[in-house]
Amino acid sequence: MIGNIVKKEFKELFTLATLIPLVVIAMVFAFVGQSIGNIGETMEEKPVIGIVDRDDGDFSDIAMAVLIEKGEVIYDGSDAEEGLEEVREGNGVALLVISEDFSQSIDANQPGEIEIYWIMKGAGMMDSISSGVVEGLIRAVDQGISSELIQQDSSFDPVLVLAPTTRVETTFFKGKEIEGLSSSQLGNVLSSQSIVIPIVIMMLIIMSGSSVISSMGMEKENKTLETLLTMPVRRSHVVIGKMVGSALVGMIMAAIYMIGFSRYMSSFQISDINLADFGLALSMQDYLLVGVSLFTALLAGLSLCIVLGTFAKDYRSAQTLIFPITALAMISVFITMFKDFDTIPAVLRILVFAIPFSHPMMAMRALVMDNYSLVIGGIAYTAVFTVIMVAVAVRIFNSDRLLTGRLQKRVGLGKLVWGFRRQ
Amino acid sequence: MKAVEVRELVKDYGNFRAINGISFEVKEGEVFGLIGPNGAGKTTALRVVATLLQITSGSVAVFGYELPKEAGEVRKIISYLPEEAGAYKNLRGKEYLNFIAKFFGDGEKFQNMVQRGLEIANLGERINDKVDTYSKGMTRRLLVGRALMVNPRLAILDEPTSGLDVVNAQEVRKIINSSVEAGVAVLLSSHNMLEVELLCHRIALINDGKIVASGTAEELKKEYDAGNIEEAFVKAIK
Repeated sequence: MIGNIVKKEFKELFTLATLIPLVVIAMVFAFVGQSIGNIGETMEEKPVIGIVDRDDGDFSDIAMAVLIEKGEVIYDGSDAEEGLEEVREGNGVALLVISEDFSQSIDANQPGEIEIYWIMKGAGMMDSISSGVVEGLIRAVDQGISSELIQQDSSFDPVLVLAPTTRVETTFFKGKEIEGLSSSQLGNVLSSQSIVIPIVIMMLIIMSGSSVISSMGMEKENKTLETLLTMPVRRSHVVIGKMVGSALVGMIMAAIYMIGFSRYMSSFQISDINLADFGLALSMQDYLLVGVSLFTALLAGLSLCIVLGTFAKDYRSAQTLIFPITALAMISVFITMFKDFDTIPAVLRILVFAIPFSHPMMAMRALVMDNYSLVIGGIAYTAVFTVIMVAVAVRIFNSDRLLTGRLQKRVGLGKLVWGFRRQ
Repeated sequence: MKAVEVRELVKDYGNFRAINGISFEVKEGEVFGLIGPNGAGKTTALRVVATLLQITSGSVAVFGYELPKEAGEVRKIISYLPEEAGAYKNLRGKEYLNFIAKFFGDGEKFQNMVQRGLEIANLGERINDKVDTYSKGMTRRLLVGRALMVNPRLAILDEPTSGLDVVNAQEVRKIINSSVEAGVAVLLSSHNMLEVELLCHRIALINDGKIVASGTAEELKKEYDAGNIEEAFVKAIK
């Protein structure tokens, strides 16, 4: 008896319609994981660095020995400009310049100064792994010098023995020179944005998308759709009305969710760095662009949802149709969280750009770095995407598809746009 | 002017031909019934006239407006009541009537429509309750009120008394008759032969997507030497 019920439930729930999106998304995630790379491998790799030793003293020799042993040194000379260029060309992480009076300062109970010029490639979590390895290198240098100081003489200041070097840091990132901030610090601040903002957007898309798809499912289940479609109202107005209504519901639901989530995230706040102090603040115009990017992405998401919603037979089937939207939003969140748009492989870059939700997730970070072309290009793309999806939805609303579950015939883009204008 | 003019209408769903070249007319102020068994093509024909389905071939005009070219104009003058239709469950009965009436007018026109809907539905105080709490009969009365309150020139009613008990069914038939007296043309489908005989001025018997006979109830009974429409129908499809 139980077996009979299990068999029925399985047949009803395990359908091609539920299986195919799952398999596709699993494949996409596997592909994304493979493309982004392996954290462990990255951490084991020796960081590519350049060194300029202006001191040539006992302690700088210790530092050099540690750096050469633990790092992959592609420049070892005396010209910082030249070294920086070589590190850049060699896809290196940083140029370390040991100051002229490095050993002399330590001998005088003062920490020796190392200038670090960071070449930052991206602001994703995984982009900062190699700079973290360099930080480890510098700690190894400190340990080497501390060990020497302890062996030499006990008259050294214990504070110096524990921290024998001091750093002066400059980070080069996307054409900007940011003094006084390491790439890890900058990466941490930008990464914290990459967690909160994408999750806000993901929740907004999922909540609103779920509303619009459920609305379509309920219209069919309650048999109200046929009545609605015979009202003297344009099909495009029905589609847009559903999208705007769902967007409002989604925004309210996402806002409620985010009140709790922001309190949760604030407990993890570790950085008090204000980017404005480093000339990296957003202007009103930038915030406006972020808002426009978010709005167009939301419309794009909802227009996609309404097309998916036309496939819903009832409320229950509508719930499974939200899955592709959730998965796409999650792909955007994970990729933008872990990697910078500029540091991911080309194929993934196309995928990220093609998912409309990615654009507001990347917008803030891009605008901090004055990358207007990515943001404006993203807005233009999501706007075009929305128009196409609305045209597809209107075309479906005009066809027999909604009521019979069949598409009358394949239609081209020209016909879709024509159909949208006609309605 | 003819309320509905259908000529050689064909409707295919993929390889399946649901309607196979039917022609009929509905006159102004007339109740025209399409009757036949389940799957005969009645609902498909009604959905085509209601602008919901595309035409495979043939022509359909409603008060001179050609489909699908002038579907927007047709929607302004028709009202469609699908079989087993529902209303938005989270709305109250009156809110549902308001929602529909807003598509057809505003101001005094809107108020009059809603008032008419309230009178037809005749749900008393329950009109202020959520649709979710209504019985099937109450929901159907609300929907009939919705369909007829907008003063359509053509009401398309698919199985208008489907699932209703005798009392509610009779009430709905009375409402339809009073609308017809006010000048509304009605195209309805039913497999309830008694209802068709009671309501319709003219009838078309439809089977396997084809009209096998048409005329008044009396004409059909006479033509097939039958005591009632049901018998006439059985003889017509043999």
